[in-house]
Amino acid sequence: MEPLKTPLSLWHRQHGAKLTRFFDWEMPLEYRGVLAEHREVRERVGMFDVSHMGEFEVAGAGAAAFLDRCLTHWPSRLRVGQALYSPLCRPDGGLIDDVVVLRLGEERFWMVVNAAHRERDWRWLQAQREEGAVELVDLTMALGLIAVQGPRAQAVVDRLFRRDFSRVGRYRGILALPWEGESLVVLTRTGYTGEDGFELFCPWQVTPALWEALYGMGVSPIGLGARDTLRLEAGLLLAGQDFSEETSAVAAGLARFVRFDKPNDFIGRAALWEEVQQGSSQRIVGLEVAEGIARRGCPVGRGEEQLGEVTSGLWSPTLGRGIALALVSTKGWTGEPSVWVEIRGRRHQARLRELPFYRRPSRLPASNQG
Amino acid sequence: MQSVPAGRKYSSQHEWLDAQGKVGITAYAAEQLGDVVYVELPEVGTRLVAGQSFGSVESVKSVSELYSPVTGRVSAVNQGLREHPEWVNEDPYGRGWMLEVEVESEAEGLLDASAYQALIAREHA
Repeated sequence: MEPLKTPLSLWHRQHGAKLTRFFDWEMPLEYRGVLAEHREVRERVGMFDVSHMGEFEVAGAGAAAFLDRCLTHWPSRLRVGQALYSPLCRPDGGLIDDVVVLRLGEERFWMVVNAAHRERDWRWLQAQREEGAVELVDLTMALGLIAVQGPRAQAVVDRLFRRDFSRVGRYRGILALPWEGESLVVLTRTGYTGEDGFELFCPWQVTPALWEALYGMGVSPIGLGARDTLRLEAGLLLAGQDFSEETSAVAAGLARFVRFDKPNDFIGRAALWEEVQQGSSQRIVGLEVAEGIARRGCPVGRGEEQLGEVTSGLWSPTLGRGIALALVSTKGWTGEPSVWVEIRGRRHQARLRELPFYRRPSRLPASNQG
Repeated sequence: MQSVPAGRKYSSQHEWLDAQGKVGITAYAAEQLGDVVYVELPEVGTRLVAGQSFGSVESVKSVSELYSPVTGRVSAVNQGLREHPEWVNEDPYGRGWMLEVEVESEAEGLLDASAYQALIAREHA
């Protein structure tokens, strides 16, 4: 199958990006080099074409109740213009996807889903839907999405829209920003880098002009390579890689996004509650490697016993060493952080550690996503 | 694409070998890898066999095996790469060298500069 193209695919080619296949999509891997792009976002600001993300509109009188039932978090409590992060689970608590939900109106929401799982999510949501009360529309091919991330992100979007976004908190949005006359942009203070930042949803055809405007302001394009190093340092999971439907939301470390205090039942509730009470048999943990770089699939263990394996591993530009996420068994868990990771047949010393690997110097009030 | 320096030999796996027995990877290979962040090399005294793996070079996201273009004993290792793996990208034919080997024999089928240039032109197309 030919890969899908974003509204910026031509731009990426024309600007010398190395391209890569990311699930169904052709995406830019890097423009100038992963390390330089990573540093740009940590120290200044960069922009990402994330138009491959899926957007579903969920609308109708039953929309809020439908989302409350399908998601573990509590979307009906969102005020218009607020967003939240939530697992999307099977009845057994297994993770189908992790999503962001934005409330656009009393009876209108967007669900932002991962490219890796878009079709699966769509079929799943359709199957949960009761005719009449909820309407689902796939907006993926109608919306472009640009993420502007880094300590200077706000200064950039302030200038782009000639407004002051300082009072827009984390996981808050502005729903109809005029740009260049009549095109309307939806802006949220969200991201996937561990930095402050914004995501701009715009009509597909408007995306190149918006991107060019940012480029003209000196904002550098950043590829998926640096997106991966940035998100892993921030301890954020990558759908299609760090979890499968066999991984429960609790094992994935997402229990704080499961709202057992929500009055109505939701899919996965009973199984997840039981797992919280009894403890998970598995857990996604952070791993720092003393020397070398652990990659996906590398075995992790202690003594003679294998505990699990690496799900994502790469070189951390900020820490200057190999970091990884690993899915490990919690059987016989002692809290002892020292483990080994086997890299190309050789065991290297490593240390289990709390996530995230990197936390930005705080400039904003704490996030409301929990 | 950068030009390939004359006076060296090249393997189809993108290692170079010079007249002193120094070994490294080509600019083309370094470009394909992206930013190199870690180089794993054997110790001085290790005996290499032509065509066999002698170490690895890692970029942020991927790892590539290094294959020896010669048989012989390692007489020197570029220790600078421990602190400065980026030399492999910045100067692959100079500061980014990896090993020096007392060459007993060369792998079969090593290419001269123009044949190697033709190889990467084909790969790149």
